[in-house]
Amino acid sequence: MKERILAFIENLGRIDSRIVYALVFLATAIPLIMNIRIPMPVSPEVKSAFQAMDRLKPGDVILISTDYGPSSAPETQPMLEAILTHAFKKDLKVLLMTHWRFEGLIMGIQGLDKIAKKFGKEYGKDYLVLGYRPGVTAVMIGMSKDFRNIFSTDNEGKPLDSYPMYKEIAGDDGILNYKDIKLLVGLEAGDAGNFWIMIVNARYGVPMIMGTTAVITPEYFTFYQSRQIEGLLGGLKGAADYEALLGISGFASRGMVSQFAVHVLIILLIFLGNLSDIARRFRS
Amino acid sequence: MMDLIGVWVAAFLTLAILSFLFGDNPVYKFVEHIFVGASAAFGIIVMLNQAVWPFIQEGITTQDMFLKITTYIAIFMGILTLFRLEIMNYIAPTLTWISRFPIAFVTGVGTGIGIVTGIHGYIFPQVVATFLPIMENNTSIIEIASNLVLIVGVLSSLYYFYFSMEQRGALRWIVKTGMIIIMITFGSAFGYTIMARVSLLIGRIYFLISDWLHLVR
Repeated sequence: MKERILAFIENLGRIDSRIVYALVFLATAIPLIMNIRIPMPVSPEVKSAFQAMDRLKPGDVILISTDYGPSSAPETQPMLEAILTHAFKKDLKVLLMTHWRFEGLIMGIQGLDKIAKKFGKEYGKDYLVLGYRPGVTAVMIGMSKDFRNIFSTDNEGKPLDSYPMYKEIAGDDGILNYKDIKLLVGLEAGDAGNFWIMIVNARYGVPMIMGTTAVITPEYFTFYQSRQIEGLLGGLKGAADYEALLGISGFASRGMVSQFAVHVLIILLIFLGNLSDIARRFRS
Repeated sequence: MMDLIGVWVAAFLTLAILSFLFGDNPVYKFVEHIFVGASAAFGIIVMLNQAVWPFIQEGITTQDMFLKITTYIAIFMGILTLFRLEIMNYIAPTLTWISRFPIAFVTGVGTGIGIVTGIHGYIFPQVVATFLPIMENNTSIIEIASNLVLIVGVLSSLYYFYFSMEQRGALRWIVKTGMIIIMITFGSAFGYTIMARVSLLIGRIYFLISDWLHLVR
């Protein structure tokens, strides 16, 4: 009997990988289809990011840098939508750009169009899309004197200073640069965010919050701990937390239940794998 | 109608890529090749259209003499880079060394900026953030423990990479502590990586069951 139990436990470690894929699929799909919700505590770093946005006054300018592509959109796009919802609710002026990958601009425009429409915001009056310029450090340093050094026109090809929003936010000197930016929001899937912090925060003192894919989140915790960034949204959980603080229920909140189910499944599989290994040792 | 076609094409491409889970197959290979080809073409067109051409156009037509000259220098440097192309090995093999000039320029500028920003924007603020008072008047026990973990973690991890002296006796315990801290860091980074990959899967499955199959309420 003991032998049979040990053999059964050992066999658990030899589950066909296709069964594991099927289980992962079910653990992901069922909570999404059933629209299951679970309460989640909000992380302090997301609360801090939310407060940094919340402190801004109507008319203040935020610069959003969408440095990601479709491959990381399930994590970063809900962040963008939640932050834009917050910004438009507070009547902030939004500038959007990217300098990492062109696809980031497409994702950014998609998010802007969706949320701006919801709040009845107008292009050129409430928000502007600067466009895409590669070059990371060169772009950042170039923007420090005048954004028009790098983005002489917007994404539509019209001169930046031809828009009423530009005249409003550039102030009396007619020059738009980092001094006019009250908060920089970096949505990052790679190294570009490090440069925002190391150059634009360290050199020009622009306050910033970061929304990062989960892979690079541990790296950004060091910047949060050192107070170089005011807040951090890490992965899908960060986006879900921000949605919770805003009181909205978007893709991130929905996806976190699947995330939870898959994590439980992975832990269970690791446990079974180890149990199977112990059983194998016993038998041999 | 176009949206519908787009959703069906995207669903087919997603399923074709996921079919690799059951082994390599011609459908997967076909879609993989489409992805590589489309990405390369897209990247080239975007770079030319969004970065190279506007830069040249603006630099040449500007009234600012300084900008005009620097644009011509940049164009000249760009042309020199072309000497690195494979075809130049057949046309002018003795001239490929010319491409080293723009590479040296970019390396020099990149290193200069990298060193300054690295020290000013990363190392200094991080070192300052480590100089923590372990205990102050209103510090809670959790904060004290957190500060201690940070200080002990930084010092022991740094010492783990100190190889100029044999790590014996009591020093070995510092090394072991450093190793444990590093392992915990790797573990947390790996946990986040799993979360990231699962999020991507959720995104794709949500697309399939929502936009394609309309199963989501």
